[in-house]
This record gives sequence, C-alpha cells and structure tokens, in this order.
Amino acid sequence: MDLSSLDPIALIVSLVIAATPLVLAATGELLVEKSGVLNLGVEGMMVMGAIAGFIAAVETGTPFLGFLFAAIAGALLACVFGVLTQVFLSNQVATGLALTLFGLGLSALLGQSYTGMRPPQTERADIPVLSDLPVIGPVVFSYDWIVYFSLFLVLAVWFFLNKTRGGLVLRAVGESHDAAHALGYKVILIRLGAIAFGGACAGLGGAYLSLVRVPQWSEGMTAGIGWIALAIVVFASWKPGRVILGAWLFGGVTILQLNMQALNVPIRAEYLSMTPYLMTIIVLVIMSSDRRRAALNAPASLGRVFHASS
Amino acid sequence: MFRLEARPQQSRAMMLATPVLAVIATMIGGAILFVLLGKDPVEAIRIIFIDPFFDPFSRSELLVKGAPLVLIAIGLSFGFRAGIWNIGAEGQFIMGAIAGSAVGLAFYGTAGLWLLPLMALAGMLGGAAYAMVPAILKVRFNANEILVSLMLVYVADQFLRAIVSGPLRNPQGFNFPESRLFHDSAVLPILFDGTRVHVGVLAALVAVIVAWFVMERHVIGYNVKLLGAAPRAAGFAGVKQKRLTVLCLAISGGLAGLAGMIEAAGPFGQLVPTLPQGYGFTAIIVAFLGRLNPFGILLAGLVMALTYIGGETAQFRLQLPAAAISTFQGMLLFFLLGFDLFVKYRVRWARKGVA
Repeated sequence: MDLSSLDPIALIVSLVIAATPLVLAATGELLVEKSGVLNLGVEGMMVMGAIAGFIAAVETGTPFLGFLFAAIAGALLACVFGVLTQVFLSNQVATGLALTLFGLGLSALLGQSYTGMRPPQTERADIPVLSDLPVIGPVVFSYDWIVYFSLFLVLAVWFFLNKTRGGLVLRAVGESHDAAHALGYKVILIRLGAIAFGGACAGLGGAYLSLVRVPQWSEGMTAGIGWIALAIVVFASWKPGRVILGAWLFGGVTILQLNMQALNVPIRAEYLSMTPYLMTIIVLVIMSSDRRRAALNAPASLGRVFHASS
Repeated sequence: MFRLEARPQQSRAMMLATPVLAVIATMIGGAILFVLLGKDPVEAIRIIFIDPFFDPFSRSELLVKGAPLVLIAIGLSFGFRAGIWNIGAEGQFIMGAIAGSAVGLAFYGTAGLWLLPLMALAGMLGGAAYAMVPAILKVRFNANEILVSLMLVYVADQFLRAIVSGPLRNPQGFNFPESRLFHDSAVLPILFDGTRVHVGVLAALVAVIVAWFVMERHVIGYNVKLLGAAPRAAGFAGVKQKRLTVLCLAISGGLAGLAGMIEAAGPFGQLVPTLPQGYGFTAIIVAFLGRLNPFGILLAGLVMALTYIGGETAQFRLQLPAAAISTFQGMLLFFLLGFDLFVKYRVRWARKGVA
C-alpha cells in the first residue's frame, strides 16, 4: 500500500464534490421535517432528479437547464407525496416508501436509452487570481457553481428558519399543527410548499450525481444516498449548519473507501463498500441515544397526520 | 368543495373495496403510462395482468413467485400493525439465503431428510439475527429502525457479493462469483411435475394460517394491535413495548430469512449475486394491499406475483425494461394509500361558504 500516492488536496476536493448531493438533499428534507412532515421518498426524488436533469442537459446541451428540470421533476414528485399525505391524509412512512419505489421505477423507464452517454460538462467557477492560488485555489475556489449554490442554500434555509417571520410560522406548524391552525395559519398550504421545496432540493442533489459527480446515468444510481440524507438530518439535530458537517463526514468516508479500493488495500472491495452505510448506522445510534436531547430538537408534530375537524 | 368527516368506526366495506379499486386504478394509470411510452396500452395490460392466467406454466409460476412474497409480507404485517417499520426485509432475505445455503453446502453430498429442515432453520435464524440489529439499536439506543434496517440492505447485498466470490465460491467454477449447485438433498422437492412449484409454497400457506391464529386468537396478536392503535394505552395495560418490538422484528426477519433460503434452495438451487430481486420491498406493498390481514396478504401476494410474471413477459414481448414493474408497484401503493381516506373518513360535499 502506497499512501504517498494520495494527494491531500485532491482528496479534499473530491470529498466536497461527494458531499454536495447530500448537502442539497438533506437541507431540503430538513425544511420539510421542520414543517412537521416526514418524507421518506428522498431517494426516489433524487433518482428522478438525476434522470430528468440528465435528459434535459443532454437534449439541450446546457447543464443549467438540466439542474432546472431536475428541481422541477423533484418538486413534482414531491407534490404527489404532498397531495397524498396532506389532502388524502395517508400514512407518511408508507407514502414515502411508495415514492421511492415509484421514482426508482419511473427513472429507469425514462432513462432506458440514456445509459452510457456523457452529459455536457458543468462549468467551473474560474475566478481570476483566486483559483490560481496554491492550495487555497483548488480547495476553495475550484468547484462548479452548484457547490457554492448548495452552501448558499444552507445559509438561506438557516436564515429563513431563524430570522424571518415565515420561518417562525413554518416551525410553529411543525411543532403543533393544531395550535398553528387555531391561529389561522394555513397548515396544509405551508406544508405543501415545504414538501415541494424539499423535492426540488432532492432533485438538484440527484442531478449533481448524474451530471457532475459520476457523470453518467445508470439505473438506481443513487444507491442509498437519499436514505443517508435522511440520516444526516437526524445527525444535524435539525440544524442547517450541521448538515454540512454531516455531509462532509459521509463524503470523507466515501472518498476514503474508494481510494482504499484503488490502492489495493488487502480488504475485499465489498467490505470497503459497506463502510458508508455502517457509518450511517453508527452515527444514528450516537445521535439518537440521548433521548431527551433528541426529542428536544425534533419537531414535535413530525410525521403526525393533520386533520382540521372544523 | 368537499370536507372530510371522521367515521366513528372504520368502514368494513371500504376496507375490502379499496384494494380492488387500487388495482383497477393502477391498470388505468399503467395504460396511460404505456400510451406515453408509445406502446399499445390494451396489449400491455393484457400481457401483464391477464395472459398469465391462461398459460399453465405462468399459472404455476404465480405460486413460485408468490410464496416468498407472502412469507415476507406476513412477517412484516406484525411490525406494521404495531407501528414498527422494518423496511429492510430485503437484507434479512439475503442473510437467510446465505445462512441456509452455507448449511446446505457444508453438508454437500450427504443425503438425509434432516438437511432441508436444518437449512430452513438456519435461514430463519440468519434473517432473525440480522433483524436483531435494528431491533436492539431501537430499544437500547432509540435509533430509527427504518433507516437502520434499510442501510443494512446495502450491507447485506455487499456481503452476498463478498461471500459468493470468497468462502462459498464454487471451487470448480472458474472463479465465477457463484456457489456450487446444491446437492439433491439440499434442493426443495417439486410438488407438481413439469413446474417449479416447490414445498416452499406449503410453508407460505402454513405461515398464513399460523399468523391468522396468532393475530386473531392469541394475546401476542392482541398486544401487537393494541400497541399500534394506542401506544400509551398499551403501556398502561402492561404491554412490554420493547419486548414486543424485538419480537416483531424477529418474526419478520425470521420469515424473510426463510423466504431467502427457500428462494436459494428452490428456483435457483445455488447462491448467486442476482438472488435478491426486490421481494423484500415488494412484500411491503403486498402487506398493505392485503390490509395486514394474513388471508388478504395471501391474495395480494398472488396479485403482485402476477405483475412479476407479466412484467417478465412484457420485457421481451414489448421491450419494456424490468423497472417498468416497480413503477406499477409504486403506483399501486400510491392509489392504495390515497383510497385509504375513504376507510377512515366520509367525504361530504359542501357548497362554498357553508362550511
């Protein structure tokens, strides 16, 4: 094993790229959960975003349109979930699962003829002088615009939730939908909006996979990343800033195990591939074990069905 | 507009009608999907939902595909009733298949009627042990069983790949990642000549009857239902919530493991990386379609088996990808969950401004 062949700067860059789909999807889901809705369909919305973005980018030759369509596709699929859970009052866990199954199937159906193609390249933010700096240049200023957008999104969600009236209302809906309803807030509309936003974010995350990270389309390419995004929301204790920390942690594990596979470490590749999933479980256990603290941060109405009786 | 009025009691008629309505709605939704894909919708629906009934081999295959689905769904129904969401049945299925196959291969070449029951036991223990991971993490550390059990599916899948290219690889298999073909005494006997219907089908039937008895006539079933309907009341009534959580996950893991062993020792006759075909996920739909009732699950299992078989035919007759079937299955679950509204609520039409 030759560790000197690992370039720390390249490792950090690939870590940030691996973490970006998670940052996007987890931030969206965080807002959804803050409004009191548990959407387990992140995986399905991501994979739909991955194929919608891929098709749009290949057909138009413009990655930007790819990301736009991915966000729309994710939001549309999320609206199916929203209508079922908010209007038809269906069970959120089961509906989320259905969303994942449906998304995986439909994306494979749509992407049948797109396997093996290469998408147009997403442009990097090439900032004069700054991008040419040694070390800091590649580590901080060498990414495509989506990476910066994802970090901005985290900041924006944090600002919205904690510093605006709208954020306060959304959190109130998530803590006690009955009280919010009694105050005259439109619980269902607010939740539908949050669900659509979460879907758009998941769609963007999926498109980042198929357009930048891989970049290619293959069936079921999300491979559990949507579920890991759900775990990151728990890890982050529903605080936007910590989402980045969680995503980088998982990005780091993923990149490390991939590099170890490439270095021919004497551990079977299959066992190395397990590590991100095992890591997720360990993190979940650590974050959930303190029941009092876990309950303090979780939205109190999370996953409960809202039916206004009057 | 309309408003919803909670029913004092769930409507029994709607309970029975909604699964049928959901299947019909899925056929219509599927037909629309086929039109969008540029295929003949009538032919596609006929191939998937109707033709399998008129072909004797397809009819027997219904039982082959239905058996694992019913077994897994029966196990899942206990947890779902209690509000415990084991969605990693696919992983427990894989672990059961590995454990059962390992026993079968360990006694390779030995004849004996005891071998298959031993393999079945190993399969059940393998699946149940794997389900103990989310169970213990849930009761000890409060970790979400949905995420843990799902993560373990990916882990199990990698483990299967490792094991068939490592310890259980066929020594004469030219390094292919496959186990040996099982010896005759480790292969499930066929019930009807000329088909692939094996004794595993009987195991599924037994599971249905035992599950009905436990659910409707035994205190365990009563406690499970109580825990799901009113967790606080269950606590006051002395139901041990943690113990029941562990039990429900053990039952679903054990039955999923048994299904995995049956699949390996039945239609496949060896351990291969392509053994898991999403039965663990489809079984979730089977459980809901069957209304978490054992006999309902039996019927629902056959319906879902139909989509598998019809889907295979559609793959080569209509050049549809295999994934078209999961689109159908997701759609079916959507409709089912949506129609559930009518079980619990009454829809009242009201003029604007009145309510």
